[in-house]
Amino acid sequence: MVPATYYIALSVTLFSIGAIGFLIRRNLIVMFMSIELMLNAANLAFVVFARQQLAVDGQVIVFFVMTVAAAEVAVGLAIIIALFRHRQTLNADEVRMLRW
Amino acid sequence: MTLLTFIPLAALIVGFALGVILNRHPIRSALCLAVTLFLLAVMFVFLDAHLVAALQIIVYAGAILVLFLFVIMLLNLEADIPQKRRRSMSIAAVAGGVVFAGAVLRPILWAGDTLPGPGWSESAPASFGTAESIGARLFTHFVLPFEVTSVLLLVAVLGAVVLAKKKLG
Amino acid sequence: MLIEIAIILLKVLAVLGLVMPLAGALGWIERKGSALIQDRIGANRASIYGFAGAGLVNTLIADPLKFATKEDVIPRGADRLLHTLAPCVNLFPVLVAFAVLPFGNVLIVGGREINLQIEPLGIGVMYVLAMMSLGVYGVVLGGWASNNRWSLLGGIRGSAQMISYELPMGLAVVAMILTYGTLDLQQMARAQGELIWGWLPAWGILYQPIAFVIFLCAGIAESKRLPFDLPESESELISGYFTEYSGIKHLMFFMTDFVEVIIISGLIATLFFGGWQVPYLYASGFEFPWGSSIALPNIAVVLLQVLSFTIKIIFFCWFQIMLRWTLPRFRYDQLMQLGWLGLLPIGFVNIVATALAILALQTT
Repeated sequence: MVPATYYIALSVTLFSIGAIGFLIRRNLIVMFMSIELMLNAANLAFVVFARQQLAVDGQVIVFFVMTVAAAEVAVGLAIIIALFRHRQTLNADEVRMLRW
Repeated sequence: MTLLTFIPLAALIVGFALGVILNRHPIRSALCLAVTLFLLAVMFVFLDAHLVAALQIIVYAGAILVLFLFVIMLLNLEADIPQKRRRSMSIAAVAGGVVFAGAVLRPILWAGDTLPGPGWSESAPASFGTAESIGARLFTHFVLPFEVTSVLLLVAVLGAVVLAKKKLG
Repeated sequence: MLIEIAIILLKVLAVLGLVMPLAGALGWIERKGSALIQDRIGANRASIYGFAGAGLVNTLIADPLKFATKEDVIPRGADRLLHTLAPCVNLFPVLVAFAVLPFGNVLIVGGREINLQIEPLGIGVMYVLAMMSLGVYGVVLGGWASNNRWSLLGGIRGSAQMISYELPMGLAVVAMILTYGTLDLQQMARAQGELIWGWLPAWGILYQPIAFVIFLCAGIAESKRLPFDLPESESELISGYFTEYSGIKHLMFFMTDFVEVIIISGLIATLFFGGWQVPYLYASGFEFPWGSSIALPNIAVVLLQVLSFTIKIIFFCWFQIMLRWTLPRFRYDQLMQLGWLGLLPIGFVNIVATALAILALQTT
């Protein structure tokens, strides 16, 4: 049986890849996808701990995380579409002004 | 799940995750993310989380990512032009990420297999992670977050419809 | 351990041996069937020295050979990797979805009981729903990777239609899950062997006729067949999202269409029409309600069950093909309205009514 620490190491690696992607990419959609990667890393950690404690609570939390992620993606992509219609660009550096 | 199956699966997951953040074209990033989510669902099955794995494919890979692909197709996005002037910021971000990962990983990996927990060395009972067990827990202990989540989804649907509407006139 | 792997491989081969030739044959049946409805002759040129073999020459030799030898064209400016990947991504989920479909009860060979379902997953039906959700990727990629505005339009329409109709399909399946109390398709098929009032086989359609109608509409919309085939409307968008594909890639898209027809037929047969159940056939033979019975060995029972399942699948495939040339095509906004404003509320009401009925029956 693989030690549980290896799974947690994978989760931390995924989380840091997501965090690095969020910081270095300027395309709004790719930034959003990095956020999804971070959420999935957290999901993996929850599932591992649920399996370790043999308590289903961790998997129920994953259920809620998925629901919240779905709601967040819907609203976030609607914002991105509205932003694109206004500014014709999805570069996070070019949408700095809050006026108009 | 033996080391022989874990190492290739983990390597593939990390590889495709790197593909998400490193690809020039957003649609290739989205497809790399789809493969990452699918492989994570495979890992969930190995961890006896069957319902969560099915939900991962139905909700995450089958709906959320399709929404991403939709938006990329609708906005007809081209490949990103690489920008050179933020090189110092990129290096700082990567360095910060690596330092953070190392700082968290070091005590975990050096601790060996001493994370407490009863269930790791034995196989899970057949009813662990099935729809029945999660449903039982969801509708007894977690019923209040469940109801609040339904309100959250309603708010999200309304918000998305209002935001993406074209203004008339 | 090795025996178990061998048994699973044999089951996989058996299912693929049923599905793939049937998908090929459906192509020819569609052409001949549509020809008969439209009062013309249809494809009759493929023959060896005058022997056409009732379409076997066309299906097994001429059609595959034609598709395999055509030139593979990738349009200029299209993403080469995605263009080649799209047909594979389209075909993979629909083939894998057959893993939970039961095609017989239990085969007893040499003292070993073999469950005639490739893998009895705990999550059963949800696995099929998950694979149908993955089917959207093929459409999206096919439309995008063609570098063609009309293909993109067909791809967007197709994926919007597929994700819209996943919901009523899921609701119809939830109603069946409530009725049978299990997610496993094999348990659902076994539960339909009961008899209501002593003589009527308790098939799913008698318990849930509304869910049957919803599932039928949603299933045909999922496989993008007429009357829901605006994504590939042959008179408007040529072939919609797979216009720019030729040769083997076109064959794979085409085959996906027919394999989806087969999986929808298989699901309808299993959920609503008893699956492999033959009325009054039990594990030991026939037992009629008027008292007489015929004892049969296990192998004969299994053969009858597999035959009944195959006949039901072929019937529903034929039904979907006939439907194609009978009803006019839905306009896109009508299609969306039917899905969101028609089937979805009916599905919800059906689930609530089913739950209340089950509660009432449990407390009495």
